[in-house]
Amino acid sequence: MINKKVSNVQEALTGVKSEMTFMLGGFGLCGIPENAISELVKLNVREITCISNNAGVDAFGLGLLLQNKQIKKMISSYVGENDEFERQMLSGELEVELTPQGTLAEKCRAAQAGFPAFYTPAGYGTEVSEGKETREFDGKMYVLETAYKADFAFIKAWKGDAAGNLIFKGTSRNFNPNMCGAATITVAEVEEMVAVGVLDPNNVHVPGIFVQRIFQGEDYEKRIEQRTVRQKK
Amino acid sequence: MALDKIGIAKRIAQEVQDGFYVNLGIGIPTLVANYVRDDIEVEFQSENGVLGMGPFPFDGEEDADIINAGKQTITTLPGASFFDSAMSFAMIRGKHVDLTILGAMEVAENGDIANWKIPGKMVKGMGGAMDLVASAENIIVAMMHTNKHGDSKILKKCSLPLTGVGCVTKVVTNLAVLEVKGQQFHLLERAPGVSVQEIQEATEGTLVVNGEIPEMNI
Repeated sequence: MINKKVSNVQEALTGVKSEMTFMLGGFGLCGIPENAISELVKLNVREITCISNNAGVDAFGLGLLLQNKQIKKMISSYVGENDEFERQMLSGELEVELTPQGTLAEKCRAAQAGFPAFYTPAGYGTEVSEGKETREFDGKMYVLETAYKADFAFIKAWKGDAAGNLIFKGTSRNFNPNMCGAATITVAEVEEMVAVGVLDPNNVHVPGIFVQRIFQGEDYEKRIEQRTVRQKK
Repeated sequence: MALDKIGIAKRIAQEVQDGFYVNLGIGIPTLVANYVRDDIEVEFQSENGVLGMGPFPFDGEEDADIINAGKQTITTLPGASFFDSAMSFAMIRGKHVDLTILGAMEVAENGDIANWKIPGKMVKGMGGAMDLVASAENIIVAMMHTNKHGDSKILKKCSLPLTGVGCVTKVVTNLAVLEVKGQQFHLLERAPGVSVQEIQEATEGTLVVNGEIPEMNI
């Protein structure tokens, strides 16, 4: 077993610098690497580029990095629900690249899987395809999209072990598995670090080969954006 | 009388067939799940990574790790599955999802749709909408026929930045059911009590009216 375990978030983020590009897992506030985000705020790295489906909310998730004006460029598919984001975008302080959600996921997966680029129908004929190569296959038009390049991927998993194997819970899986191994260094934080051998190999969602560092996360808030419930009759 | 949002959702629910995998957008489309006949088997896909979505959880049973694409807490039904975002869009791009229902700000007679950006005003992003409309073969748009100033949203040509080109097949509005075919809107049904003339007046795009147009049965 190759040991990927590090003792804490500080050790896990060794080498993180200003002007780097980071991938961050999560959909809304679900499955976001809360510990890594807090540490990025503490480290106060500046001029960073973040690849993440959403930009958090005003005072949580990536919103914390926005408030602190650490983000130079945001690459996302949906950025509603965040007033500070909108303010920085409209004032020109923040560069924003909006990408269709499936394309964003696939640009991560392509980086993970060693594909430089791929064709997708998403965005053809819209401003998303402007300046990009397009091509017809079987009578339908496609847009050439390239793989992302990132320095670090920050992943949040439910359970993991020192070998770097990961398991996710519910829809907190989202972009996390696609970002593992898609950056130079993949850092996974887990709610529960289990002993090696506990995870059933049949049920591992991400094999440890895609993870360079793994640590036991702390103090998860796991905020809910839209609490929708029904009443028992 | 023109339909309200629930009326639109009820009419669209009639388009959902037994054995369909269905992706519902945010807004009116989300309501469709409440009105699907209960004698058919349907599975709802949410692009953040769940197939087999159930109703909202009971108060106190909500789980931050189980949400839909609108970031609402949900439950899953027996037979449900979770998956990552790339696999979710493999389902969508690969045409494994049978029906996509989504909202729009504008649709045009050539099947173009705009629903993600108002330049200088609202830029929230396209989320999964561009992937959905580019790949789905069966797209129903749920929308109001006109905006709050009474201007038509059923157009010859979209004025807002496009989400997809030539992709919309059917539109259900508060006034009518329209089919998009051969670069024209075809009037299929009227909302109860709404006249063909009212629909014509509210439609900027080319509207084909063939014979007697029945009222929706909802």
